[in-house]
This record gives sequence, C-alpha cells and structure tokens, in this order.
Amino acid sequence: MNNEDKANLNTDTNNSTRTSTNNAYSANNKTVKKLLLVVLAMFGFGFALVPLYDVFCDITGLNGKTNTSAAIYDSSGIDKSRLVKVQFITRNAKGIPWRFEPVINEIDVHPGEMKLVSFYAKNNATHDIVGQAVPSVSPGMAANYFHKIECFCFTQQPLEAGEEVEMSLQFYVDLDLPADIKTLTLSYTLYDITEKSS
Amino acid sequence: MTTDVMEQESHNEHHNDHKMPGLKRWLYTTNHKDIGTLYLWFAFIMFLTGGALAMVIRAELFQPGLQLVEPDFFNQLTTVHGLVMVFGAIMPAFTGFANWMLPMMLGAPDMALPRMNNWSFWILPFAFAILLGSFFMESGAPNFGWTFYAPLSTTYSNGSTAFFVFAVHIMGISSIMGAINIVVTIMNMRAPGMTYMKMPLFVWTFFITAYLLIAVMPVLAGVVTMLLTDTYFGTSFFDAAGGGDPVMFQHIFWFFGHPEVYIMILPAFGIVSTTIPAFSRKRLFGYSSMVYATSSIALLSFIVWAHHMFTTGMPLFGELFFMYCTMLIAVPTGVKVFNWVATMWRGSLSFETPMLFSIAFVILFTIGGFSGLMLAMTPVDFQYHDTYFVVAHFHYVLVTGSLFSLYAGAYYWLPKWTGHMYNDSLSKWHFWCSLVSVNLLFFPMHFLGLAGMPRRIPDYALQFADFNKWVSIGGFAFGLSQLIFLAVVIKCIRGGEKAPAKPWDGAIGLEWTVASPAPYHTFSTPPSQQEIDDADQNQS
Repeated sequence: MNNEDKANLNTDTNNSTRTSTNNAYSANNKTVKKLLLVVLAMFGFGFALVPLYDVFCDITGLNGKTNTSAAIYDSSGIDKSRLVKVQFITRNAKGIPWRFEPVINEIDVHPGEMKLVSFYAKNNATHDIVGQAVPSVSPGMAANYFHKIECFCFTQQPLEAGEEVEMSLQFYVDLDLPADIKTLTLSYTLYDITEKSS
Repeated sequence: MTTDVMEQESHNEHHNDHKMPGLKRWLYTTNHKDIGTLYLWFAFIMFLTGGALAMVIRAELFQPGLQLVEPDFFNQLTTVHGLVMVFGAIMPAFTGFANWMLPMMLGAPDMALPRMNNWSFWILPFAFAILLGSFFMESGAPNFGWTFYAPLSTTYSNGSTAFFVFAVHIMGISSIMGAINIVVTIMNMRAPGMTYMKMPLFVWTFFITAYLLIAVMPVLAGVVTMLLTDTYFGTSFFDAAGGGDPVMFQHIFWFFGHPEVYIMILPAFGIVSTTIPAFSRKRLFGYSSMVYATSSIALLSFIVWAHHMFTTGMPLFGELFFMYCTMLIAVPTGVKVFNWVATMWRGSLSFETPMLFSIAFVILFTIGGFSGLMLAMTPVDFQYHDTYFVVAHFHYVLVTGSLFSLYAGAYYWLPKWTGHMYNDSLSKWHFWCSLVSVNLLFFPMHFLGLAGMPRRIPDYALQFADFNKWVSIGGFAFGLSQLIFLAVVIKCIRGGEKAPAKPWDGAIGLEWTVASPAPYHTFSTPPSQQEIDDADQNQS
C-alpha cells in the first residue's frame, strides 16, 4: 500500500481534525505562521506603548508632564478673585555637582496672570558640564493648566567650570484650573547630559 | 484493509523505537516524552538552585544585623532567586507536563512541531548558564530585583544588565516556541472526534496559558531590549533626562508581568482539576464553567497591571479602575474553588499523596487569593506595598499554589511515566513535612508585613527578630523536605511495585488507556470514539 492510499484512507476514516499527513503539515504551518504574526505584533505593541503612553498622558494630563515647548500667552483675562500658590523645588540627579535652586521658593498668582521667576545655577565642578532640567508638576492633574511661555528647561544649559547663571521661567496658570487645586508644586530635576549632548 | 494499516503502523512504531545511544538520545530527541522528561529534570534542578539561594537569604535573615553576606550580594540573591524560580523552575516544569501529557490526553502521536520542541528545550540551559554565570563575574549577578525597574537596571546597574537581558531573551524565545507548539498541537492534533469541549480541563488551561505566553512574552522581550539600549546605546526610553519616563517602564513591565502570574497558575488549575475528580471518584463539577472561568481570568489579566503601581502617584480614577478590575478576578477564581469543593462534595474520597497535595493546594491557594484581594484594595495597599505581606502573598500562590499542584501532578502521573508506583510512606513524609514547614515559612510573613517589615532588605528592626527566626527555621525545613521528593523520584525510576495501566481507580483520561510506563510512541493510531467519550470530563 503506497502513501497516497494510506492518506486517502485516513481522510476517509478521520472525519474532522487529523486528516492526511500532508494536510496536517500544511494546517500546522498555517497555524504557526498566524501565531508568529501575533508574536511579531505583540513585540511591536511593546514599543508602540512608548508613544501611546506619551499621547495618553498628554491628553489626560496625567503624570505631571508640562509642555516642552513655549506656550502662547492667552490674554483673555485675569481672575482676580482667586489666588493660587505656586511652589518651586529643585533636585539634582545623581552625579551633577551644580548648585541649583529657585531664587524665590513660592509665589501667589491669579489665574491668567503672567509671572516671571528665576532659578540660580552654578557649576561647582572643575570641568564644563551640560545640564538639563526636567520639570514635573504636582498634583499631576494640574499639569495641563500650567503653561510655560519661556523656560530654561526648553533648552540645554551648558556651564563652564565655575560659571554661574540666573535662568528665567515665565508662566501663567490657566483660568480653567479646577477649583479644588489651591497649591501647585513645580519640581525641577537637573541631569548631567554632557555625554549625550556632545 | 484497516488491519493492514494497523500492522504497518505497529511495524513503524517498532522501527522508530530505536533510540540513539547515550547522551545523543537526549540531545537529538524529538520525542515528546523525552523532551517532557528533560524539562521536568531541568525545572527540578533549577528549583533546587533557586532554593539554595533562598536558603542563603533565610540564613542572613535568621537574626537582625549583617552576618553572612554584603547587602549588594543579598540583592543579587533575591533577584536571581526570583528569576530562577519563575523562569527556570515553575514555567519549564509546566512545559514539561504539557509535553508529557498533552499528546497522550489528545490521542495524538506527538507534539505538532517536534524539532522546534527540541530547540525550545535546549536553549534554556544556555539562558541559565548566562544568568547564573554572572555570579562569577566581576560585576556580580543582577541586583535590581526580578522586576528590574528602571533606573535600577539602567543608570544604577552593577554592569550585569547585558547578561540579564540576553538570558531573558533566550528564556522568552524558548517560552514562545513552547507555547506555539502547545497551541498548534491542541488545534491540529486532537484525535478525530475530540471536540474542544471534550478536551480535559488540563488541556484547556494549557491552551489558554499558551495564548497568554504568545501575547506577553514578546512584550517582555521588547521591554528588556529597551533597557539594553538605554543602558548601552544612549536611548532614553526610561531616562527622564532624555525625555523618557521611568514610570513607563513599570507600565510596560507589568503589562507583561500580570498575565505572567496567571501563566504560572492556570496550568496548576488544570492539574488539580484532574486529580481532585480522580480521588473523589466523581466527574469534575461544572466543566464548562471551569473553561469559561479560565478564559475570563486570562482576559481580565490584561487590564489589571497597574495594581502593582498604586503608589506611583496615579490619579484617583486609575486607582479605582484597577482596584475594581482586580477584585473582579476573584469571581472566576471563586467559581473554580467552589467547583473543586463541589467535586469533592459527597464523593468517595481517598487520600493518596496527589490528593493530599491537591487539597492543600485548594486551601492554601485560597489563602493566597485572599491576601491578594487585600492587596488589591488601593487604600490599604499603600501600607502593604513592598512589605513582607506581598512576599507572603505571592509565595502562597506560587509555592503552595503552583508548586503544590506540580507535586500533585507529579505523584499522579509518576506511575505512568516510570511504570512503578512511588514509595507511599516516603511520599507522605514529603507531603506532611512540606505542609507544616511551608506554613511556618510563609504564614508569619503576613504579620511581619503588616507590622511594616520591608521586603528585599538584608537587615531589619529588632522587633521583627522572633518571627524571622521562625520563618528561617521553616525555610530550612521546607528546603530539606524537597530532597525527600528527589529520593522518591529516583527510587520510583529505579524500581518499586509494578504499576498497572491505570493505578487510580477513579482516574479518567486517555493517558490511562496506554500501558505503564507509557510506550515510547503512543497513539500512532488514534483512540476510538468510545475511548474519547469515556475520557470526557464534561460528561454528566
């Protein structure tokens, strides 16, 4: 009895799942290909989560991320009836020997009112360092209502050894800031990015 | 004509039975039983390796202060212990069960992709050689926890990140290949007449688990690749200085990580759903509800990941969403637990060792499930987060859950695998020693956690000293008890009472229709419809 006969016989006797050997191979190949596509798609999905995460945070204003490029001042009015306290804190990431601090620690602002504040930085190292300040607002939900018109965090800050500088931040708080938010904290973390920027 | 085919096939069977001599048999094998055996032995060796690391951890924590190891080395121990137990012991052990049992339960001659099966096993030892080898390198082993949060594993890594990443890549490839093999086998290799709802629940749980693996292991591969490029190639996926976000690491990791915990427990559900009916001498209660419950657990596992991250500063809506979704999982899990109890209800129970482990599984896994519910509550999670309460929780579900189910399954099928009955009194010693010591080991951890003892620390405040001493004693006793199992298995392979084809009178399943030990090739001709219907757990 040759193989073909045997295959035919199997097709006759096996009604549904396991048919002839050849059919089984091609069915297996088909399933494997489909599953490999799922594997590739999920590998891609892992990377797609990166931009998705940013978009999600952007839309919902989660995570305290503020705008990374200059906002345009919307002069539709100032809400004099309300005062919001804005606090500034700074932090150095591991390994950057700068003195970095806000010139004033907190300021009261009316929503819609533009304010200018400064931060002081000094490179205490004996070599040149490029710094990058990364902002974050707390509570996170307020981030979408905090608009920076000009900020030193939009660019890198190269400081020579021993150089000091006053860096400015111009901002306003949105008129639509939810009423339950009375205090905003703007935190800057300073990173040494000399290696990455060169 | 049929007889003619049968004769020819049995001739082929005889011909193919020639195994290669010595080591070559194991290196080149494409036989599902050989590969299953390799997986099981590998998993057990890894279990003892991970256990040895845990013994050092418990020795250091026996009393407060730093006695034996440096804090950095302690971190390496906890990290590698976790990785070895998850990826080296529990997951390969289940793959071993799948390889041994699936073709026999489906009435198939072998797995669908035997050559890939050989590959998926044989790359595993290399992965663990890389991971464990890093202990002997200048940098030391990974010390950032098995969860490898950025920036601990990037900016603050001790230099082991590359070894870790490549080891995880290889483990991932192995798991994906194994999972594809399982899915293809179940979809295409079922005996004629075995519909999906006639498959044993054991097969169903592995089917669903394999889909989970295919869905999330690539995400793990992606996230470790991002770590690699962040650490060595200057990208900034998780580096805030370059516009990345370390919290995003946790989101991607736990998107993999939460389905991963179900990958480690769903097959356990399958095993006890086989053993409990066998020793209750009843059909499984609520077969189809078990299938749907398993599927819903798998689906829900994709939308609960952030319950691991309640303390990262999520908005209230997010916390509530993930809290309620997590609690929802208790419903299908409860269906399962009640079904097992209902299966035992008014059954003629007997308490052979597999049944003892299964009953212990149901009770102790439920304890782990309840502590999981406590952790799911956002307000209290802020207190429990990163304490020993969490350690107690996941050891109850993984040790008295997954591991106990593996023991139940191993004792249940050892006669089929080896052709001999295991030594009964030795196996009972194994069970009772394990049961007492495992509770001494993990139960006081609940209290330690509630009292505020943080996890992953080599030293602790004085008020935790007494409990830790008990925990360590329980740990050493549990570790030693597992050597009894090794002795039972070796004795059982070498000899013992000859096992009949079906040593358990209440057992059903196609695997019991073949001889013990199972011949090298089984089901070269598919089982008859009658045999399939007799093995049907869904039959009322």
